[in-house]
This record gives sequence, structure tokens and C-alpha cells, in this order.
Amino acid sequence: MPVSIANSRLIYDALKACDVKIISALPETWLVHLIRMAEEDPDMTLVRLAKEEEGIGISAGAHLAGVNSALLMQNHGFFAAINPIVSLALLYKIPLLMLISYRGHMGEKDPWQTQGGLMTEPLLRALNIPTWHLTNPADVQRRIKDAQTLAHASLHPVAVLLSRELMWED
Amino acid sequence: MLRAAALEAIYPELEPHVVVTIMGAVAAELYTLGHRPNFFYLEHAMGLASSMGLGIALSMPGQKVIVLDGDGSLLMNLGTLSTMARYRPGNLLHIVFDNESLLSVGGFPTATSTGTDLAGIARASGIPVVKEAHTPESLKSAVSEALADNTLTTVISKVEAVGPKTFHMDLPLLENRFQFKRALEAMRRASTERGR
Repeated sequence: MPVSIANSRLIYDALKACDVKIISALPETWLVHLIRMAEEDPDMTLVRLAKEEEGIGISAGAHLAGVNSALLMQNHGFFAAINPIVSLALLYKIPLLMLISYRGHMGEKDPWQTQGGLMTEPLLRALNIPTWHLTNPADVQRRIKDAQTLAHASLHPVAVLLSRELMWED
Repeated sequence: MLRAAALEAIYPELEPHVVVTIMGAVAAELYTLGHRPNFFYLEHAMGLASSMGLGIALSMPGQKVIVLDGDGSLLMNLGTLSTMARYRPGNLLHIVFDNESLLSVGGFPTATSTGTDLAGIARASGIPVVKEAHTPESLKSAVSEALADNTLTTVISKVEAVGPKTFHMDLPLLENRFQFKRALEAMRRASTERGR
């Protein structure tokens, strides 16, 4: 499976540098190494979800309890979580650091991912969620840190889109 | 039993702990009994009170966290039972008031009115202790035991589909949110100081 281990490590290290202590996740191909790294890290609490909606609740709880968290999800998982993003995170001014694998964008070979690829950025814009694209390994640490900083300053969700260029080695 | 009577019976147990409730009747009835800064009323995001409770319980292992859930809310997020069971924080207590009804939106019957068994679902999901308590006394003892046992517990309580006259609470939701976060910070500080 040509998911980039090196770039997954960069992303994981960036989350650690942000003092993230809880990661909630639903597996998807591009996220396998990140989830494994979280599982193998004794200082990280990994919460494997049944559905991404739950992750919004868990991150909200963690924030109110004073703990930094991050969410790992596919863009279709982001779609599944839209109601609680609106009716919990936005309503209650909860910062979220959402790392979203951007399936269905340029280079996508799986036809079933393509509709979600078309809807990802329009939905993020509709929700007024600031979004960074991660394509270049050199940007990873800075952009993830900056995303978390903005989330905490604005008490608002932010999205970091994990691109094919970063995650997939063809 | 009336949920208001059930809440009154367990209020002394709730008072010192972190409490997350669902919206509507449960929130209004608890608020009426006496608001505390460590009570959070999730006024929307139906189904996610238990997920929030899990997030808090995992973040503050030294603190008891009690979720007041409902049948309609839990049916919207049944996956939460499998996720709670997977991580089974011993400091989390999940109480589900089952009035077989979506009372706060007009009283439509939920699937528990036609036989869906939430206690059975909780057990089959792997929640280590599942109890049913249908009187204020049995609920009170189930809550005391769960708090003493330090084992993840779900308690299902059948209650009448009767709510308060008004759901009004003199507490804007953002005030509740910021006050609750500060209360949790203070609890964390106090437990750190106790640990020294």
C-alpha cells in the first residue's frame, strides 16, 4: 500500500508538537500509518470511532476538559459530521483541528470517491471553515501548528486537507 | 416514575461531579433542581452527549463524569455504546432516561415503545455493567454503586413521557459553555493539588 510513511510521520510529529493528546479516527487507506503511530504512542489516546459524528463530541469534551485533540477523517467522514460541526462546534464555539484526507481530487482512480471530491471544498467554504491544503512536506509542521493556533484563537473549527501528493506514493 | 423525581433522587450524587445532559426536558428539569457550574446542557447535536462525556472522561481520568442521555438521543448514536465499551473509562457513568418518546419535539414514539431494548443493546455492545432502574430508589442505588465501582456503567431508567411546563433556562448556552470549562479547570487544579 503506497501510503507515504515518511509524510505520515511528519504529520504525526506535527500533531505531537501541537501537544495533541487525543486523536479520534475512523480508518481510511491514507490514514493507516497515522492511526498506527497514534496506537503505538503510549502518550496518545486514540479513540477509534464507529462514526465521525462521535469525534466532534469527543473533541468538544476534550477541549472543555482542557486537552488538545485532533480528528482524522476522510472527506466523506467530514460530510457525516456536518450536523455536529454546526450544532455543537460552531454553536458552542469549540475549536476543532480536523485532518481530512482529500479523496476524489486530482489523480483519484476510485470512481466512488469522485463525488465527495467535488463537494469537499464547497462544503468547507459554506461552513466558513478556514482550510489549509497540505501538499508539500516542508509545509506540514508549520501549517498544522498554524491551523491549531487559529482554531484556539477563534474558537472555531479548522480543516487541514491531506492531499494525494503528500499521502500517496505512486 | 417521573424523570423529575428520578433526577431529584440522584441530584446529591450528581452535584459534585461533571454532568453532561441532553437538551430539552432533562436539561430544564436538572437546571430547575439547581444549576451548578460543573453541569453542561447540550442544547443541540442530538446524540452526542455521551460522546462528549467520553471525551471528558478520557481527558480527566481522576474525575467522575455522568451523562444524562435519553432514548431518542441514544437511538441517534448507537455507535457511541460500542465506542464507550471499547475504551470503557471507569470514571464514566451513562444514565439513559427512556420515556419511549421524542417528548421535547411533540411526543412522537421512539423504537423503544415498540420493543427496542436499550439495555440489551448496551450489554451486547460490551458495556461492562448495565443496569435497569425504574424507581427513584433503585436509580439512586445504581448510581451510588456505579460511582463507587469505578467501572463504566450504563443505567436504563424507564420514565413517564412527561416534561416540565417550560424548557426555558436563564442560562445562555455560551455562558454555560465558558462557565463549565472554567469549572473543569478548577476541578483539574484541585485534583492536582490533592495529588501533591
